[in-house]
Amino acid sequence: MADERAFALKIITPDRVFYEGEAIMVELRTTEGEIGVLKNHIPLTCVVAPGLLRIRETDTEVKTAALMSGFVEILQDCVTILAEVIEWPDEIDVKRAEEARVRAERRLAEKAETTNLKRAELALQRSVARIEAAKK
Amino acid sequence: MASMRDIKRRKVSIQSTQQITKAMKLVSTVKLQRAKTRAERSKAYFNCMYETIQGIIARTGHVEHPYLVKGDSDRKAVVVITSNRGLAGGYNSNIVKLVAGSELKKEQVDVYAVGKKGRDLLKRRGYNVKADHSEVINEPLYKDAMEITEEVLSSYKAGEVGEVWLAYTGFKNTVSHIPTLIKLLPVDGKLSGDDGEEHKTVTTLMNYEPEESEALELIIPKYVSSLIYGALIEAVASENGARMQAMDSATSNAEEMIGTLELQYNRARQGHITQELTEIIGGAEALSS
Repeated sequence: MADERAFALKIITPDRVFYEGEAIMVELRTTEGEIGVLKNHIPLTCVVAPGLLRIRETDTEVKTAALMSGFVEILQDCVTILAEVIEWPDEIDVKRAEEARVRAERRLAEKAETTNLKRAELALQRSVARIEAAKK
Repeated sequence: MASMRDIKRRKVSIQSTQQITKAMKLVSTVKLQRAKTRAERSKAYFNCMYETIQGIIARTGHVEHPYLVKGDSDRKAVVVITSNRGLAGGYNSNIVKLVAGSELKKEQVDVYAVGKKGRDLLKRRGYNVKADHSEVINEPLYKDAMEITEEVLSSYKAGEVGEVWLAYTGFKNTVSHIPTLIKLLPVDGKLSGDDGEEHKTVTTLMNYEPEESEALELIIPKYVSSLIYGALIEAVASENGARMQAMDSATSNAEEMIGTLELQYNRARQGHITQELTEIIGGAEALSS
């Protein structure tokens, strides 16, 4: 029987429909902070920040993915994530992500005139999100 | 009348050309199939994006956001998407003609070229080609679209250009491709679309986090890159469709020419035999008389 707490979740990327199904809760990071979305959330559109995406399909089953950028449209009974970049854990190259993290940290620590701090910070967030997602 | 040997040589040469065009047609058919499925898959993303943007703009139309009003500069950036290779019928020249025949003035245009053919043709016509991303069209990735967007947006924000346009070949179906020129920025308050649909999006109450104008700032670049990405993918499909058609007609033209030459060859052969016979008979008669 269908769970009455479930709502429709759709994750679309420019190349494919990444995920389409039902979930009882979605957790993700936006530019304003982390949010968890349940059914009957007020309509909300927010912009995604690099972070971990958790899809709770049932009480025991949780899927994770690394969500990098895009935005989310939340309606009462359906959530649509328009993701520019999103990856399942098994698509992530952990070694590369580690390297990217070290590189970004170094750039931030040096604080050279030429480095684009905002960019380095984003790169760091992305690599951390990837590493976290891959660990789960 | 051409000699038998000449006709034969000509025929062989046309036949080998025909083989090439046939092979090219097969290749572009396969590529077209692939590009077509890709274009269809990216449609969902694009439609969703379009609706959201429309919704936001319908509610924030009065906001004086730089992305919504025309910049001060009268220069215009045009992203022109063509192919790297020719032999695709009028595919490339149609785009160039579209740009040249539009209201955009040659002196005010900065071309961001994707595709060598369009770049060269526009350069020859005296356009200012500011950037070249030709390698992208071979295998367009979303990342490429993001890079082009970033480049165009930064010059838009810096006030170097007042408008951003996009010229590409829309893919309607396998046989019809439409050269299209659209304005990307500033985003029109009223985007072209069904009015019925517009109503639906407006009536849903929506909250924004961060608030509308900030969200616009973040979402519009994504919107632009999704448009550019969609255009790139459609252009690839159109290119292969156009090439397939061009090669198909080349193959059938060759077929026709071979037919005519075959006829000429047979006639020449017949004439040759008749002539030989007359000569032999003439010779024999001269001996016997």
